[in-house]
Amino acid sequence: MIDWPHYASEEGFVAGLAGPLGWYYLGVAALNLGAMWYALRRRRSRLEAVVWALMGMAFAGLGGLAMSGHPLVLPEWLKDACDRALGPVTFTLGAMAGLVIFYLGRRVLVQPLVSWTALNVSLLLMGASMTDPDFARTVSRPDNVPIVGMVYLLAFFTWLGTAQAVRNDERLRRGQGPVEAGFTDKVLVWPDVVYIELIGAIVATVVLVVWSLLIPAPLEEPANPAVTPNPSKAPWYFLGLQEMLLYFDPAVAGVVLPALIILGLMAIPYLDPNPRGSGYYTVDQRRFGWAVFLFGFLGLWILLILIGTFMRGPNWSFFGPYEPRDPHKIAAATNIKLCEYFWAVWLGRGVPRVPPESGGLQKLGIILWREIAGLTLTCAYFVVLPAVLARTALRRMRQAMGRARYWLMILLLLMMLMLPLKMILNWTAHLSYIVSIPEYSFNL
Amino acid sequence: MRRADRRPVAGAQGRRGPSRRGLLRITFSWLLWLGFAALGAVAGLWAAATARFLFPNALKEPPQRFKVGFPADYPPAHVESRFKDEHGVWVVHGTYRGQAQIYALSSVCTHLGCITIWQEEQKRFKCPCHGSAFYMDGINYEGPAPRPLERYAIRIADDGQLEVDKSRTYQEELGQWHDPDSYVPT
Repeated sequence: MIDWPHYASEEGFVAGLAGPLGWYYLGVAALNLGAMWYALRRRRSRLEAVVWALMGMAFAGLGGLAMSGHPLVLPEWLKDACDRALGPVTFTLGAMAGLVIFYLGRRVLVQPLVSWTALNVSLLLMGASMTDPDFARTVSRPDNVPIVGMVYLLAFFTWLGTAQAVRNDERLRRGQGPVEAGFTDKVLVWPDVVYIELIGAIVATVVLVVWSLLIPAPLEEPANPAVTPNPSKAPWYFLGLQEMLLYFDPAVAGVVLPALIILGLMAIPYLDPNPRGSGYYTVDQRRFGWAVFLFGFLGLWILLILIGTFMRGPNWSFFGPYEPRDPHKIAAATNIKLCEYFWAVWLGRGVPRVPPESGGLQKLGIILWREIAGLTLTCAYFVVLPAVLARTALRRMRQAMGRARYWLMILLLLMMLMLPLKMILNWTAHLSYIVSIPEYSFNL
Repeated sequence: MRRADRRPVAGAQGRRGPSRRGLLRITFSWLLWLGFAALGAVAGLWAAATARFLFPNALKEPPQRFKVGFPADYPPAHVESRFKDEHGVWVVHGTYRGQAQIYALSSVCTHLGCITIWQEEQKRFKCPCHGSAFYMDGINYEGPAPRPLERYAIRIADDGQLEVDKSRTYQEELGQWHDPDSYVPT
């Protein structure tokens, strides 16, 4: 079991962490030595080998410093700046901007010189941040350790797929076929594949056993129906859903949207009119599909899991990466419905009230009149906007797909887009519901 | 073995067959009955175990109606947490639409049913699951909860004590908080 040194004082914490951090930096240095060997032997690139050797030496130096009791520590002003800057809005918009940059600059970013440097920088930041007790406690919670691993795994696989796509796109531009077209040698399922699967299963089992010995499962006290732990977090794979529940009615976020996610994924083969890119990695030939995947998977699902894992704390408030998890942190999160904005703020009149004695049609009429702004906006977003797009920006797509497929695709896409839009509106303008009819348990 | 060799053997057995075959049939039918009986017994036991499973081993439900003390025990602007653990009820002496009243609020968040926490410093009921918060009067103002906390029926019993009745609830968004059964004016 990993025993984290006393959190009580920051100096004692850093001193206790010096040894493990030293080994961590030496491990990263060894990783860079391996990269240098790979660059020399396989890639035959002197430049890369020199750069990796320099970085490895730098990490070895950091490891020596840490072991002698002086690990690299982030300055307080930098941590404070990070805490202040990394709110939900900047995190979400920053992640979206990062995806756009990754999309546009993919040819440069997948080059080993860039991507391996990025890995080194992230490992350096990770090591330096571990000297902060609050960061270390968040990252090393048994629930959160796999999410840290997931971040690196996802980065690796995104890089792997994109690097192969970039290589293929260059070949296709030169008129050559994709690399995968040259894969003609076939191997037998037994024993070739089955052996690999067997070894994979054994390795995975060993990793799980060692992991569960090092970091015991986080068991809490027996359940008490009168007390809900604060914060109460879902398992990591449901944290995205839990985050969605903050911005939509439970019926929408818990039933409609998950069902639409599954149905939408099932519908992709029937909606996709692009016959190219089958059997090989490519981005240029499947720009739309790739962008939607990056946005929907990394930009929504994974982003929400990261927010739920690392940013949410007691009372479900937002916390910066180096901020103490104070259960008494005050965060102004007063909710305002769109109807209140529309009637009270913009028109300067009272929100129409439903008289208690009214019933039936009269009640429904008053409710619809009260929600007129939200209903109009929803209609504009889901009906007018797709129709306009079909005649302007997406005209070629509309013609290629036909009416039914286009509408199905655009409605699913708008549903996806609705999530970050509502999240940002909630964070910036405290907007809770666009259409809110609690009388009939309907909220959008 | 060729077919020609096999035929006489089959014939030889056939001559002595009937008695042995009859014995076999009797044994087989015995086994069949035994098997079905065992199957029936197992199915019966299984059904009984399933039926037993439907009835809990222990059932301790606090009474739906309970006394919570005299109105004079409740100073103004006070949230009483004593009855939360057993009954899931906050008894509050607060105000609703300018009127001072004592009312019993359910501690279950109206979003997805987590148990709220009373935070004295912030004067709010806070839900630890999705961050919904409610004022002292139970009105939602923060987070995703779509409607206020529910009230239980409360009245002054014959002995002068307040009595909460959890079998009846009152929802603000349905205009039910004007019902005189949902509060005790002070």
